[in-house]
Amino acid sequence: MTRIANRPPDIGFALATDRWTAPFWEAVATHRLTAPRCTTCGHFRMPPTPFCPWCRAQAVDWVDLPGTGRIYSYTIVERATLPGTEGHIPYVPAVVSLDGGCGIRLITNIVDSPIDGIAIGAPVTVVFDPVGEAIVPRFRLSEGQRRT
Amino acid sequence: MSVGFGIRDRTAIVGLGATPIVKRGQSAPQTLDELACKAILAAASDAGLPVTAIDGFAYFAGGHDSGALAETLGIPEVRFSATLTGSGGGSAGAVGLASAAIVAGMAETVVVVCAVQQADLRYGAMPTSYEATPDGSFYQSTGLVGPGHMFALLAQRHMHLYGTTRDHFAEVALSTRANAIDHPYAVMRKPMTREDYFAAPMIADPHCLFDFCLETDGAVAVIVTSAERARDLRRRPVMVHSSAHGGARDWGRSIYWMGMPDESFASSGHAAIARRLYDASDVGPEGIDTAQVYDHFSSQVILQLEDYGFCAKGEGGPFVASGAIRRDGALPVNTDGGQLSGGYIWGMTHIREAVEQLRGTAFHQVPDARFALVTGGPSNLPVSGLILRSDA
Repeated sequence: MTRIANRPPDIGFALATDRWTAPFWEAVATHRLTAPRCTTCGHFRMPPTPFCPWCRAQAVDWVDLPGTGRIYSYTIVERATLPGTEGHIPYVPAVVSLDGGCGIRLITNIVDSPIDGIAIGAPVTVVFDPVGEAIVPRFRLSEGQRRT
Repeated sequence: MSVGFGIRDRTAIVGLGATPIVKRGQSAPQTLDELACKAILAAASDAGLPVTAIDGFAYFAGGHDSGALAETLGIPEVRFSATLTGSGGGSAGAVGLASAAIVAGMAETVVVVCAVQQADLRYGAMPTSYEATPDGSFYQSTGLVGPGHMFALLAQRHMHLYGTTRDHFAEVALSTRANAIDHPYAVMRKPMTREDYFAAPMIADPHCLFDFCLETDGAVAVIVTSAERARDLRRRPVMVHSSAHGGARDWGRSIYWMGMPDESFASSGHAAIARRLYDASDVGPEGIDTAQVYDHFSSQVILQLEDYGFCAKGEGGPFVASGAIRRDGALPVNTDGGQLSGGYIWGMTHIREAVEQLRGTAFHQVPDARFALVTGGPSNLPVSGLILRSDA
């Protein structure tokens, strides 16, 4: 039987934002993946911080990203550490390198995908998942990668 | 003069004290401060000093309340009270913090102490206790419920880049368990076989149960004073030879953002510490007789061995597979059973074991050990390291 990557347990996630991170989450709430780019030197920076680490300027433009990327690393969680989360096994926290020339990674999950197809380098596409009162970006294996 | 040169051999560890280390929850009904005070009293007694001689406290990972400890123990005046920022990364560096205070003349006799009780909060689920923050929102929905889940992502990448295997992680777990067998301080004293390792439940691939450290309670304290005063005390001094903390910007928040460049993602974040530690030392990696390497997770032992130059980058797996870290190997590692099998006090047991090795009193004594490396936990900055030298 093909094992599918489940959604992780919601262990009381509460979205917190500040003036620098809020635009990321506001875009995610409307199903767009964006990232901040320094208006002075053009470097992307994530997570969003008050200063550009390359030129120390503050202002950013929020750039739309294509919502695709590749798995940089991952772990298949096979055992519930916390009581009551057994039904979520297996789930797959992952680091995804985002396309769009931004050089950014996100800590995220691979969901709705066959475990057997999950590998470093595999192309993935964003999905937007409600968690509590928030929406978070997660990823599934891109079409054509979804071996079953 | 290199950065860090100023403390070289100018201070020494003169007292060592610890409570019994027991499984999570079994230290009740003792209180956390009670455990810390028991370790401090034992360390003072070991040094042959009255506890009232202590005039400084150096901590890491949040530390303890110096006011409460001073009141409780009747310590008349506190002249130094400081904590390295961050979490378990600072354990080894807290000894350097004590040395810095003494060399600077701010205090004479500084205790480094850490007590751990996990009845209410399992460290294995610590990230679930973090409050919601703007930074935290970028990982807190992902089910990375423990540090071992987070470090599994680094281990997986290391396997991908360098061909490291679960057999290599198994060798770390097995060699560490071999050191814990019959060890009077160790919690897990039963032999472990390769079959046992591979039969253990997988928790967060590639980390199985035996790749995780123990969850234990207890306290360890060491007393640091000037080299001159140390030679008048009852124990053979163990010199603080070199210590460094901090780390490279590239490592930064490490597991809490995972934005490290590809060159350092699959590492322990200790490369910058190792460079400074050796630069300020008489020895390089070839001069280290035993290493007490922060083993919260077996994979991170391999990555630290690379960062500290005991083998080339990517060669950590074959290095341990060669038997190098066994007690009869080129570099005996975690000779007390480490945190994987001995006990976990946030890195403090590694300091204890290094002191015992250099005093010549270790249960598994490395013959003629002169230089011992101690590392702090790979974590967000600061990470830290320490080279101790015997005074023989």
